[in-house]
Amino acid sequence: MYALKRVGQAAVTLLSVITITFALIRALPGGPGDAIRAQVMQSGGSSNVDMTQLNALVESYTNVDPSTPLYVQYWDYVTSILQGDLGQSIWYGRPVSEIIVQALPWTVLLLTIAILLTFAIGIVLGAAMAYAEGTDFDVGSTVVSMLLNSVPYYIAAILLVYFLSIQFGVFPQSGNVSSGLEPSLSLSYVGDVLYHAVLPVASLVITGFGGTAITMRGNAIQEIGEDYIRVAHLRGVPGRRIAVRYVGRNAILPMYTQFMISVGFMFGGSVILEQIFAYPGLGYYLLEAISTRDYPLMMGGFLVIAVAVMICVLIADLTYSRIDPRISDDDAREAY
Amino acid sequence: MSERSSTFGPADESAADGSATQWEVYREWFDIAVLTPMRVAWSDWRTRLGSLIVLFYLVLAAVAWVSATDWGPTIVATPSSGQGPRLTGAFQDMAYPLGTNNLGESILSAIVHATPAMIQLIVAGAVFSTVLATLIGVVSGYKGGAVDRVLTTVTDIAMTLPGLPLIILLAAILEPRNPAVIGIILTINAWAGLARAIRSQVLSLRDDSYVEASRVMGAPVSRILKDDIVPNVMPFVLINFVNSARGVIFGSVALYFLGILPSSNPNWGIMLNSAYTSGAIYSLDVLHWLLIPMFAIILLSFGLVLFAQGTEKLFNPRIRARHAESIEDDTAPYQE
Repeated sequence: MYALKRVGQAAVTLLSVITITFALIRALPGGPGDAIRAQVMQSGGSSNVDMTQLNALVESYTNVDPSTPLYVQYWDYVTSILQGDLGQSIWYGRPVSEIIVQALPWTVLLLTIAILLTFAIGIVLGAAMAYAEGTDFDVGSTVVSMLLNSVPYYIAAILLVYFLSIQFGVFPQSGNVSSGLEPSLSLSYVGDVLYHAVLPVASLVITGFGGTAITMRGNAIQEIGEDYIRVAHLRGVPGRRIAVRYVGRNAILPMYTQFMISVGFMFGGSVILEQIFAYPGLGYYLLEAISTRDYPLMMGGFLVIAVAVMICVLIADLTYSRIDPRISDDDAREAY
Repeated sequence: MSERSSTFGPADESAADGSATQWEVYREWFDIAVLTPMRVAWSDWRTRLGSLIVLFYLVLAAVAWVSATDWGPTIVATPSSGQGPRLTGAFQDMAYPLGTNNLGESILSAIVHATPAMIQLIVAGAVFSTVLATLIGVVSGYKGGAVDRVLTTVTDIAMTLPGLPLIILLAAILEPRNPAVIGIILTINAWAGLARAIRSQVLSLRDDSYVEASRVMGAPVSRILKDDIVPNVMPFVLINFVNSARGVIFGSVALYFLGILPSSNPNWGIMLNSAYTSGAIYSLDVLHWLLIPMFAIILLSFGLVLFAQGTEKLFNPRIRARHAESIEDDTAPYQE
């Protein structure tokens, strides 16, 4: 029941995201319709452009035919997007979906590594801090965590580029893989890909783990203070088992929501990060599209990022209800 | 809180002592809502340092504002090209204590004069997201039923939208110039996570005995929310106000750095952008041009993080529980 409701909600979210992009395309002054029209007018000589031809062109780029009524436009737009047709990139002259299929894996690669590392480091550090509460280690780590948490990831990225790639030349400054390497599963190719991913991932992890650690510390301290932990100690349960099974598990569970939000945050952050590192992922193309006013690619990139975040959140929600049986249907409550 | 919830009722509406009571209620409210938190805030080093840092930026903003007016003394000159020699290093010339950039603009001037717009951005964004979140969170948590279902669905959709790409799209299409509008665009979906969190806080309050009492006495919903529910989630709201302020800083600097927002307003992100694109990143001599705006950004957000963490520690009874020796509190769990 819960799963069904969640999937239904995801479908509503998808539809609203599509509606938002449609509204942006359709309603805003100087939107893509006008932009394409202006471009065609410029290139084709203003007077002798046939209006129907123009509308057909606008439609092939954006899936919106301006000559039909609004609800027909909306319907066409939604159906073509659900069929995977995101229109045609003006700047690259290729289907948007083709560009995105190429770019998406790189972004997913970066973000998966970054998110896993951020949470792994944060949780371990936070738990250690909670157990050492009040010691110099705890106070020191808390201050460092807070300080790192106040550095925007793109500033960390710029500093890392400055020191590690420009001044010391340890890591490559930009790109996803050395030029001339053929894609394969060989050790040298995978190694090279990871080598290029180090700095972008590091800038997310360094600035991100502090927040996770502080939350984990708070949760763990709260759990350690609970009565059932005291009872477990009195019962003679080994301390290690208490730390992992009792405290750890219950302290991590509430962070699931934070995890969901940070997936979205990091997907969003990829826009800036990939720009700084010239890393050809989704965010890079989204920003390119914005600077070249390539509306179909812009909307397509946004749509795919939104769907990616939506899927992550959906997976997180569905698994969460399995991990934590206390999640129940909220409808049982009385309405006031 | 229970005495306060008894202040409503027909007796209070008699005109003569009604105004006196009203005055007392306001004074009591001021004491509870403003003075007590300030007193409590000062007792923790984090909130104390955090407040001082934020105050420092407010002073900077005031200095910039006075310097920019016609009647006030020019304490820090407004930045202009050719103000001094080009690319002076930091701490070398007392006329330009933080050095100059490639156009001869004093970096101190640029930093100081970017502060008022930054504060406007932060206040607009944080107020918008916090007020909206509190409203939606409190109403949906308290009302339950269909209202809750609708509001929760809307919140979940907003939470799933990738924030930064949406902001970038809106900023690129709307090209806002007014700091308040930019602030609101920056927090266009930041309210959602907070609304979720406030809702779950309210869920644990809605069936408390004093709320039940108000309900039985027939108090209108608006009054129950205002008098019984909102004061109890206030500390939480404050923490999130500060957190969304930090979000606004990160977001605005990012957008200015990427050159998406019009550069007519002074901003630290524009300074970063011009330093980054003019090659400050390749040379050690002009590194100050890049580092000083970074420092301004990090210090302000560090102040906000400190403030939020300290506040959380002071107000979250669950975190406080283990340190309850220092606080007289009957609600603290059993201590040996």
